[in-house]
Amino acid sequence: MTLSVAILTALLAIGLLALVFGVVLGFASVKFKVENDPLVEQIDQILPQTQCGQCGYPGCKPYAEAISNGDEINKCPPGGDVTIKKLADLMGVEPKSLDVAHGQEDIKKVAYIREDECIGCTKCIQACPVDAILGAAKQMHTVIVDECTGCDLCVDPCPVDCIDMLPVANSTSSWRWDIDAIPIKQIG
Amino acid sequence: MQNSFDDIIEKLDNHEFWDFPGGVFPAERKTLSNQTPIEKLTIPERLYVTVKQHIGMEGQIIVDVGQKVLKGQALTKSMNPFAVPIHAPTSGEIAEIRKHVSAHPSGLPELTVEITSDQQDKWTTLYPLIDYQNQSKMQVLAAICDAGISGMGGAGFPTHIKSSPKKNVDFLIINGIECEPYITSDDRLMREHAWQIRQGIDVLYHLLKPKHVLIGIENNKPEAIEALQVACRENANYRVCIVPTKYPAGGEKQLIQVLTNREVPAEGLPVDVGVIMYNVGTCFAIADAIFSGKPLIERVVTVTGEAIENPSNVWALIGSPVAHLLAHCKYEQAGQKRPNIIMGGPMMGFSVTSDLVPVVKTTNCILAPTDNEIAGNNEQPCIRCSACADVCPASLLPQQLFWHSKAKELDKAQDYNLFDCIECGACAYVCPSEIPLVHYYRIAKSEIRVEQEDKQKSDKARDRFEKREARLIAEQQARDKKHRLAAQARKQAMASNGNNAKDKIAAALARAKAKKQNASIVDEKPIEPAEVAPANTSEQEAKTEASDVSTKAASSNQRVQAAIARAKAKKVATEAAVTATEQKVKVDTEDLIENKREVKQLDNDVTLVSEQPLKAKMKTQADVTDSRPADDVSPQHQEQFETDSKQTKITAAVAKAKAKRKAQKITITDDGAHPAPAAKVKSSQAKISVELEKTEEQHIDMKKRRIAVAVAKAKTKKAAEIAANSKEDKSS
Repeated sequence: MTLSVAILTALLAIGLLALVFGVVLGFASVKFKVENDPLVEQIDQILPQTQCGQCGYPGCKPYAEAISNGDEINKCPPGGDVTIKKLADLMGVEPKSLDVAHGQEDIKKVAYIREDECIGCTKCIQACPVDAILGAAKQMHTVIVDECTGCDLCVDPCPVDCIDMLPVANSTSSWRWDIDAIPIKQIG
Repeated sequence: MQNSFDDIIEKLDNHEFWDFPGGVFPAERKTLSNQTPIEKLTIPERLYVTVKQHIGMEGQIIVDVGQKVLKGQALTKSMNPFAVPIHAPTSGEIAEIRKHVSAHPSGLPELTVEITSDQQDKWTTLYPLIDYQNQSKMQVLAAICDAGISGMGGAGFPTHIKSSPKKNVDFLIINGIECEPYITSDDRLMREHAWQIRQGIDVLYHLLKPKHVLIGIENNKPEAIEALQVACRENANYRVCIVPTKYPAGGEKQLIQVLTNREVPAEGLPVDVGVIMYNVGTCFAIADAIFSGKPLIERVVTVTGEAIENPSNVWALIGSPVAHLLAHCKYEQAGQKRPNIIMGGPMMGFSVTSDLVPVVKTTNCILAPTDNEIAGNNEQPCIRCSACADVCPASLLPQQLFWHSKAKELDKAQDYNLFDCIECGACAYVCPSEIPLVHYYRIAKSEIRVEQEDKQKSDKARDRFEKREARLIAEQQARDKKHRLAAQARKQAMASNGNNAKDKIAAALARAKAKKQNASIVDEKPIEPAEVAPANTSEQEAKTEASDVSTKAASSNQRVQAAIARAKAKKVATEAAVTATEQKVKVDTEDLIENKREVKQLDNDVTLVSEQPLKAKMKTQADVTDSRPADDVSPQHQEQFETDSKQTKITAAVAKAKAKRKAQKITITDDGAHPAPAAKVKSSQAKISVELEKTEEQHIDMKKRRIAVAVAKAKTKKAAEIAANSKEDKSS
């Protein structure tokens, strides 16, 4: 008799506990739901956001998702070795050299429209992934240099080939100290 | 817990100070240049005024090339609070506004206003603000800003921003330390202009309302101390503090520590601990601006070093090239194996890349050392002696910073507080391995900054990309919805109208069919070849036109045409590759018809410009070459059209195109206005020009030529007719 009562109490107690935890967990899963995969976000933070599509995916976010699903980390030429190294650290894999099938690391460039040759076809505007080209149909277009990621996507659609990719000029504010430029002086 | 105001005053009353950690005692070498009064320089012929000489934003240039400017006239202005204007250092003319080598370690060119002086040195109208005590603070600050004053101690922070703090100020500290070896510009300024410095302090006192003013001077400048003591005697709140000599006591954070024992927090400002600091030179400039209305257009610069024959301090106009100062003080470059000019002191300065680097508002010294005076670059491996850590005034771990900076482990370098390094160079000075430590820190710092900028940029790009995606999706949905609604409306209308609607559809279909049939009858011959025909020629046209565009400033109309032509050529070229081979015969027939038209037009031209024999002759030439192959075609057509005509027609077309091109080019060369296309003319053209000369010599009269043209025209016409006939034959 007492045994059966004891078993019953135990079952009841455990059942109750299970119920309570179930409710708590169920509540938590709704309340603290994580919208996106945090790993994708982290990878996306590392990628250079040129949105150039050289990796074969339509933008940096899709490539980030692909990496989190096990794709190679060396498909991003604009990011270059620095990005690959960071991705390797994050994903816990060995860094690889850049996959040349997707392009080579290049100096930073921005698009420049030779404005007197532009016929105002708006094709480049449609191609620009970051809305960095300003213009309207049959009006001259121009590139907002500060917004341009140098993704190259506007060059091909141009029917009159009036878009150049120009290297970003080195200025005193972006200059990285050259080790040979100024040796520290010592007085003997 | 920071020291209270009263504690500090009590200690200062006893002439006691605190100390900052580390520090070094390099040879001072100040007597080289501080023995003689500040000299006045002659006005250089050309001045290079860099547009941005301070931390913050540059202003908009408000002068034009060729404009006359007076001494002290503003060259830039801006509504941005962080912008400080620049002024014409002397009267003269704006020679150029362009990029010129800058007073920056990189020597990268920066936007510069170049002024040729007229040696008159004529001032513009000045507006002093002598009754500043009755003016509002805003007005005084505006006067300081308009005078272009930014910190003259080194960093170049806009003074009017610094002078409007949001917090209460306990101490206004005036920095007369000048701890770096060789430099004596502040020393001489204090000796000779102590009164004016005090006037500047008065203005700052009025603006900031500090509890106390401390004027810090190192004890190796007794004359300057005395001068300022005399100047500040009347005001009990002004105190001259004689600070022990130690490098880098002149660093802002270090001097605050010495005088108040308060430590400026990392990433904080001195005002966070109730202190604001100005350089003595800045005080002098403020007094100039308020009491005489003079903007900051000159400053004291020490020109020193053992390669200088007469080392001294000079009043240099902002924008004077370094070469001008060196010439005045007699720089002996000839004796140097490695001539090296340093802007700034030996500890923190940088080598200039050209002697046309201009003096800017922060330039305090030009140092020209001899080969033996300064150690070379003889870097050895780090031996972990930790001498650098002993002397670091910021209590950092220089060797750790060095390792991480060298290994590009920027995160770890930041963990060791890389950004608290003041780049004083004390660590490099004591390093037995002669490692240029500060250099590694500078590289690491700039890399971190660039990385942060990239990060910001990529965040912005991501944001823009995502917003664009969202917008595109929204637009697509809106379109879909619209289509869906329209379809529904149509269906409803159909349902309500019943048979009537069906009849209408049937009628429409029938109409469409009829139209299609019509079209196919009219358009028996495919459209494509017609487009192919001008392919080659239009490409050539486009090219010649394009070259024209690049050489002459063509009208926008022409440019648009050029662009369109290029676009067409691009499109047609791709199509042509596919269809050309099959359609050549037809193409050629068409070409011939065009030929005819062309010849007619050329003929017209000839009659029009008959008074220009050269041109006319050329056209005739063109026509002759044009018509000859066409003429050849005629007999063959009747006999074996199927086999030979194709080839001959191609030659005809090519000849035509060539002739046209030549004609165009010759017209251009004849005009003589466009030498560039003429230069491009190939050997064939050269041949023609030879012929031209010949014919000129022979003086064939116009009539004869006209007859030739007429004959050629007739022949081509005939050929074209035959071609057309044969085409009809073929098609029938």
